[in-house]
Amino acid sequence: MNLWLVLAINSVTLGGLLFLLSAGFSLIFGLMRIPNLMHGSFFMLGAYLGSAFLNKGLGFWPAALASAASMALLGALVERLLLRRLAGHELAQVLLTLGLSFIVADACLMIWTGDPIQPATPPDLRGSIVTVGLVFPIYRVAILGVAVAMALALWLLIDRTRLGAMIRAGVDDAAIARVVGIKVSQLFTLVYCLGAALAGFAGVVGSPYLSIYPGLDAEMLPLALIVVILGGAGSLPGALLGSFIIGFLYNFGQAKYPDLAYVILFVPMVIVLVVRPQGLFGRVAL
Amino acid sequence: MKRALPATLVVSVAVAVLASLPMWLTNTYYVNVASQVLFWAIFALGLNVLVGYAGLTSLGHAALFAMSAYSAAIVVTAGGGHLLGALAAIVATMTTAALFAVLALRATGIGFLMITLALGQIVWGVAYRWAGLTNGDNGINFNSRPQPFGIDLTSAPAFYYAVLLVFLTAVVSMAVFVHSPFGAAVRGTRDQPRRMTALGYNVWLVRFVAFVVSGFWTAVAGLLFLYYNQFISPQVAALQTSAEALLMVISGGSATILGPIAGAAIVVIMKNVVSAYVERWNMVLGVIFVLIISFMPEGLVPGVGRLVRALWAGRSGVKTNEPAVKPARGAQS
Repeated sequence: MNLWLVLAINSVTLGGLLFLLSAGFSLIFGLMRIPNLMHGSFFMLGAYLGSAFLNKGLGFWPAALASAASMALLGALVERLLLRRLAGHELAQVLLTLGLSFIVADACLMIWTGDPIQPATPPDLRGSIVTVGLVFPIYRVAILGVAVAMALALWLLIDRTRLGAMIRAGVDDAAIARVVGIKVSQLFTLVYCLGAALAGFAGVVGSPYLSIYPGLDAEMLPLALIVVILGGAGSLPGALLGSFIIGFLYNFGQAKYPDLAYVILFVPMVIVLVVRPQGLFGRVAL
Repeated sequence: MKRALPATLVVSVAVAVLASLPMWLTNTYYVNVASQVLFWAIFALGLNVLVGYAGLTSLGHAALFAMSAYSAAIVVTAGGGHLLGALAAIVATMTTAALFAVLALRATGIGFLMITLALGQIVWGVAYRWAGLTNGDNGINFNSRPQPFGIDLTSAPAFYYAVLLVFLTAVVSMAVFVHSPFGAAVRGTRDQPRRMTALGYNVWLVRFVAFVVSGFWTAVAGLLFLYYNQFISPQVAALQTSAEALLMVISGGSATILGPIAGAAIVVIMKNVVSAYVERWNMVLGVIFVLIISFMPEGLVPGVGRLVRALWAGRSGVKTNEPAVKPARGAQS
């Protein structure tokens, strides 16, 4: 019983983190039509930077925000200076982000060495809440809270604001959006920055739980990929549902069949690809 | 075209140089580098069937490469012998390739790339986590090279000649494949999938077969990799290996036969040189990737080939092969 509860809490925590990671990935994919293979790098670099900020004496949440801002800046540079030059050549853009991910991974290895770093859980998030005989660690609940708050904020942004309407227009039909006067290329930069910032933020928030080590980027990227294949590109509800499905499968798979945890992740992806290739909430096939 | 004579000449010279290489490169180290170039070139040629000719960019081929090496290593370690090991490797890899194809061909273009990437990572995960089968992160030591017809392949030159033989077979069959009606059909599905459908071709089936053919040569390269290193670890199945192979295809020039070979030579030599001085191969790999994609998307061989042909014909602007970045867009329609 207790094991199941721990697993469930871990699953929800991972699901929340995955949502922060894959929401940006999904929006970028929906708008720019490219899977941003640097997304895991933003996550890992964000986490490393966050740990550096923490060492400088910054609080946990300020460190996470500072890290998110740094990733947004990096995202802006990548989008404006590199991806933009290859506008219209999606495949070249994807391979460019792949090349950049190797550069980031190696730079992190150079700066922070190969030893894993595990930032301490922030003091005010230690301990746990006890209700009806069940124990919930505050930190895990906080991650879930942040993810839910972020999901709400993103939903408001996309669904209720003028900017959101423009992004949705760009996702649905970039050419027509341009015709009616929406500067889609500015949206590209904006969404790319937002995605990078969310990934960096998720990296810091998740670091006391996941710890930071070389290869973290390559571990998170496929999870984001599977979430988006499951949920459908460009769809926030899809990313949310997909994240929690993967969060649960990963943790329960890991506990029950540790050898095959990765294969179990692949099962819902296969089913979705065969039955509904556009993803659960997607409108267009990949 | 009057290219037949110089082409024959170039090919004969190239074969002569390759065949005599261990005689003038007396240092074992260089002979070993040459062997590496050749089996990586086979891998790149296999990947090129998909990336270049079918216009489907796979980022999951490291999984097939590693699948082949692991299958052989596991069978031989269990006492199955080299022949059985090699057969198991080819069969297992082609089966996996077929499975990958069925799933990944639900999409084309970028979707195809994403699915192959995800599938590749899953194989990596199995290699890494399923320690009972693959010995996990420690990898499998494999202290024997096969002895085909009783010939000992332990020495560097002997192994080089064995790899060269396989390599030449691969190049010849690749040339036959490309110029066959089926090769033309594969290129047709890249450039004009809808017209191919209208002409009565089963576009899906053509792509599926191209994937499995690609898987076959990847399996062969994976076997040679295992025999060369006598060791296999999950690192081989990682995304980085897929990216290296893809870089070979793109840097040399996709949809050509010479391109992937030149690309393999460039990447392998650069990897050996860089690794000798600094431990920053990933950084260098990333930088080359970014530079090639940004400044020379068509690759080296088509670029140089265009120049040579322009000089030969005394005029410029001869149409060359499709640049590396084009095919997938065509395939999406």
